[in-house]
Amino acid sequence: MLTYTIRRLLIAIPTLLFISLVIFLILEMAPGDPLADQPLTVPPEVREKMRAALGLDQPAWVRYLLWLKQFFWTEPLHLVDSLFGTAFADPTGRIVSWQFRAPAMDIIWQRLPQTLWVVGLAYVVGVVIAVPIGIISAYRQYSWFDNLGTFVSMVGFSVPTFFTGVVLIIVFAVNLHWFPSIYDTTLKVTDWESFLKQARQMVMPVTVLALFNASQISRFMRASMLDNLQQDYVRTARAKGMSEKVVVLRHVLRNSLIPVVTVIALGIPTIFGGAIITEQVFKVNGLGQLLITAIYANDLPMVQTLTFIFAALTVLFNLIADVLYGVLDPRIRYD
Amino acid sequence: MRLKSALLGAAAGIALAPAAFAERGADGHLNIIYWQAPSILNPYLSSGTKDVESSSMILEPLAGFNEKGELFARLAEDVPTLANGGVSEDLTTITWKLKPGLVWSDGTPVTSADVVFSYEYCTHPEGGCSQAARYEGIQSVEALDDMTVKVTFTAPKPNPYNAFVGSTSPIIQKAQFANCLGAAAQQCTDANFGPIGTGPFKVTEFKPNDVISMEANPNYRDPAKPAFATVTFKGGGDAAAAGRAVLETGEFDYAWNLQLAPDVLAGMEAAGKGKVINAFGTLVERIEMNMTDPSPSLAEGERSTVKHPHPILSDIRVRKALSMAIDRNLLVEVGYGSAGRPTCNLVPAPEMFASDNTECLSQDVEGAKALLEEAGWTDSDGDGIRDKDGKKLSLLYQTSTNAVRQDFQALVKQWWTEIGVETELKNVDASVFFGGDPGSPDTFQKFYADVEMYANNFDGTDPEPYLSQYLCDKIPGPDNGWQGENINRFCDPAYDTLVAELARTGEIEKRAEIAKKLNEMLTKDSYVVVPLVDRGRNSAHSNTLGGVVLNTWDSELWNTSDWFRVK
Repeated sequence: MLTYTIRRLLIAIPTLLFISLVIFLILEMAPGDPLADQPLTVPPEVREKMRAALGLDQPAWVRYLLWLKQFFWTEPLHLVDSLFGTAFADPTGRIVSWQFRAPAMDIIWQRLPQTLWVVGLAYVVGVVIAVPIGIISAYRQYSWFDNLGTFVSMVGFSVPTFFTGVVLIIVFAVNLHWFPSIYDTTLKVTDWESFLKQARQMVMPVTVLALFNASQISRFMRASMLDNLQQDYVRTARAKGMSEKVVVLRHVLRNSLIPVVTVIALGIPTIFGGAIITEQVFKVNGLGQLLITAIYANDLPMVQTLTFIFAALTVLFNLIADVLYGVLDPRIRYD
Repeated sequence: MRLKSALLGAAAGIALAPAAFAERGADGHLNIIYWQAPSILNPYLSSGTKDVESSSMILEPLAGFNEKGELFARLAEDVPTLANGGVSEDLTTITWKLKPGLVWSDGTPVTSADVVFSYEYCTHPEGGCSQAARYEGIQSVEALDDMTVKVTFTAPKPNPYNAFVGSTSPIIQKAQFANCLGAAAQQCTDANFGPIGTGPFKVTEFKPNDVISMEANPNYRDPAKPAFATVTFKGGGDAAAAGRAVLETGEFDYAWNLQLAPDVLAGMEAAGKGKVINAFGTLVERIEMNMTDPSPSLAEGERSTVKHPHPILSDIRVRKALSMAIDRNLLVEVGYGSAGRPTCNLVPAPEMFASDNTECLSQDVEGAKALLEEAGWTDSDGDGIRDKDGKKLSLLYQTSTNAVRQDFQALVKQWWTEIGVETELKNVDASVFFGGDPGSPDTFQKFYADVEMYANNFDGTDPEPYLSQYLCDKIPGPDNGWQGENINRFCDPAYDTLVAELARTGEIEKRAEIAKKLNEMLTKDSYVVVPLVDRGRNSAHSNTLGGVVLNTWDSELWNTSDWFRVK
């Protein structure tokens, strides 16, 4: 297993380099201009100078190699510096966002907590409600509970979050005034009152995202349970006189969870990707909103860095899912 | 006697008490929402209006514009003019004097060195300053003494109020930015995210593209202002959500630039929590005619260049007919409601510069048809589309992707079809259309279409730089990398001469007269530019926010020091 993991990690290096090149080339070929938001009153000569100040006068390959150096050398060094108080890194060589004229990684770190709180919590809530729903739906297949569960997950899956989000805002913020429609990212939880405030502002975005996550995972859970309930070992377990509780929760659930755990692990990188639409709707302003505004502003260093981090996380969690598979299922061995 | 004066003093104190309620920070917290989030608080490195407006609460110029477009002194003692001797007789220098006793929010004094430094900062060749145009034509900026700054121009400048005037060219603190000149500007994150200013507020925390937290500047020059102690300036989302937060839920006090359909906005206002306010500036939505041939059959590098005049639009009668067929009133009703009014002028304001040209306001379909007949365009094959010498009267009409613009395109196409003009519509993503990438065929500068629609305006109140965009030597083309503001490729020596005359004229009435004439030469005399709508701005404030005066000549947040809570 260890050699397998090491082998996979080594293969990941060329994969990630290739991904970074593809991302860079796509961004390079994409139309758009970082100065497009400047008022038309800014004359062309000034625009030319601004472009040069952003480093856009360099050829593409120079910019790509510079980004590689910045991402794989300067930024890790800087991280070491900030953790241990050393001074290895060159403070001028970091990846600088064009919108903010500030180091891209600093902004990403700043955004991370919001995203982890809202999107991460929604994922946890989604999983927590999806697993029991999936189990009951499968065990009582075609019952009213199963039909209701199917209906709700169909709705959750097919109705886009920009719709459910706005509906919730209109009902609970505009009409009932229960929750705020705009997320306050400056709120610091220090006492009971601010905690309640934080909880109130998280209710709507978390609900919207959790509904979406739960409907997806509950379907997987249900299908996996149904597969296992038909198996011979289940009949054997029942024949041995075991209670239904033991049969379902011990034998069937354990085996059914194996593929579901993989699905859940593969979904974790999407948490870091943020929820682009939901973050916009509720103004959570996390990583998803950072990415979309960077795309609109043609802030290439920021887009490149963010998408590459997502790619790296996806590759990493793919590996984790594969390894977990082996750990959970003794039949699967990689060596 | 002593007792009497003490009593008098007490009485005076009581009499003054009502005025003392306007105490700094007495009104608590203010919430502002901009649906475009500020990315940086240094306007000199800004990537758009949102950055300039948000920083205008913190940084101030020497003088600003009020809601009528009139200059007023901010950091300067008064506005220098020819009359008070601040502007030299030959129009080559302007001398500014700072208000005495001014301090930055950190308590250090504001001096002329800061003003000189602001100029040096923005004009540094490697700095990539977004506002460099405001410092154009300046030979030197020198400090005569601690409080006096003299700006010398390279040539007589009839409008010397560009540098250090308006929210786009504020004074930054030398001590804070001294190590941020040129290429180093990018590294000064702390300064760019938290500039020390003289404005009514100072930054306590800035999260780029998300939120700014501010508090009242303890050293603001008016001890009674601002009324608000703290401010949350939230960014992001969309115009509808911002409008909802002010007008429907009441979570926010002020929302900027609500570009929403008139009925949507009216529906929100009906909730009764706030008011929509509007004001008009110089932004004009117009159709620009291409005077050169954009035909794809021409070689690359010859398309849309002066080598080939436009086969159809070179005839003024066709251009005029196209303008006559348009019902501008309907366009306003559909697209802008109270935030728009029909116009025939390229320069719709300030009032003294606006020509009384109203001829185009009434639609005249029959007249347009007759004009096309007269120009020799007839429908000889009966297919509803006019033709001449075997060539169809068919136009490609492009604009940026935007719901209102696509509505306009559809309406205009319908009117043009009525007069026998075939119209093909095209829309291009705004970041590409306005991006100016010389490699893209879809930019508005390249103009690979027959007509195109967008909006433009000018900075401040002087239309001279705006009108000089239509000079012959500003035509974009392959030789200048498609940079140039004369999008129509309009070229008229008489126009060039008149612009030169404007540049020499200092007297304001004469300038207005010339500007009007130039405006007419582009619009009703030639129909090269076909103005459609004078676009105002809609913003909204809650019923409990007082003191808001919408200003289109400067930052919308120009007078936040006067805002207060209605009780």
